[in-house]
Amino acid sequence: MANRPELLAPPEIFYDETEARKYTSSSRIVDIQAKLSERALELLALPEDGVPRFLLDIGCGSGLSGETISEYGHHWLGLDISASMLNVAVEREVEGDLLLGDMGQGLGLRPGVIDGAISISAVQWLCNADKTSHEPRLRLKAFFGSLYRCLSRGARAVFQVYPENIKQRELILRQALQAGFGGGLVVDYPHSTKKRKEFLVLTCGSVQTSIQTGKNECDEGCSEDDFSEDEESGMVSMSDRNRPRKRQKPNKKGKTREWILRKKEQSRRKGNDVPADSKYTGRKRKSCF
Amino acid sequence: MRLIVHNMLSCNIRGVVNKFPLRIEPEKIIVKEVDFNPDFLKHMIAKIDWKALVDGARSMGYTELPDHAPDTTTLESDEPFLRKFHHSLLELHLEEGSLVCSETGRKFPVNKGIPNMLFHEDEV
Repeated sequence: MANRPELLAPPEIFYDETEARKYTSSSRIVDIQAKLSERALELLALPEDGVPRFLLDIGCGSGLSGETISEYGHHWLGLDISASMLNVAVEREVEGDLLLGDMGQGLGLRPGVIDGAISISAVQWLCNADKTSHEPRLRLKAFFGSLYRCLSRGARAVFQVYPENIKQRELILRQALQAGFGGGLVVDYPHSTKKRKEFLVLTCGSVQTSIQTGKNECDEGCSEDDFSEDEESGMVSMSDRNRPRKRQKPNKKGKTREWILRKKEQSRRKGNDVPADSKYTGRKRKSCF
Repeated sequence: MRLIVHNMLSCNIRGVVNKFPLRIEPEKIIVKEVDFNPDFLKHMIAKIDWKALVDGARSMGYTELPDHAPDTTTLESDEPFLRKFHHSLLELHLEEGSLVCSETGRKFPVNKGIPNMLFHEDEV
């Protein structure tokens, strides 16, 4: 996306009828949303007992993420602020129930009724003040407070977010902590600009289970920032994306073997298919090549 | 909107004490079949406010529900009850109508099955 939608207009205006249709008919977006929803459901760590649960889909839009929830056999309630997006969901005959509402006004659900909540690419909208009466902090507070209350004990909330910058991420995390949540940030593919995805995994209640580590191309654990509920360690340390500081330009003699190996390693970290390094890597070829 | 959702919705207006449940004023009701899953029903029954469900079902025209939910121990074998519970909780849809806050009288319209729970600036 060239421009962040949050900078163009409030969500109920940006996602008008045309945009709603465009969003839902783009196969690329449908595919991404499905993958993100699957990952979020995985991170919800619902008990694998075959019993369907009742989940909340915050910022459900046209029901793309909701469809994934239905595929996994759960019932869900979707909330969105854009009537046009919800209308598309109705047309697509999604199985979940839909609500037209503003998450920044509080969810208005009874305590302990929800078994888990997911949100795909929606929570960052709360950080924008779209009306003069909006104060993002208050809206985040109303949202997280009401979410905490309606989740049952041991339930989780998983948000896939696209924060604009570190400050936004910190704001969201701080409000979640203040509402009583514990949890951490899971980052998939942290080194790749394209593939990098952030999931905020929030836990409710005293159940201490481990938060899964993020994915990277070698399937090793990677950057995961845990934060606890107590005030002293309420400081969340966030580091910006790792940028290799040292730049090795090809020198005047041409591209050296070290430079080639470094570049191949970089490409591997991004998740590309790179031929293995061997004694032939960077070897001088005949002049005809 | 199905009764499972109605059973969870409360009125978020500032200062309101009697937020739950919202009264249903139906204009159009449809029935959509859903797969019967006793496990889900047993999981949900602990969370459901029974009186709100019975009253909600009644206002939608379904009067088969007993006034009190049976004991959880007898639930396993009580299939007729589970069927009624299933039907009222998951199969009755309010397509058009309104939800009304009993304390303030504020109406939340329901169109195409979607309740409009957007509050005005001065309400929250």
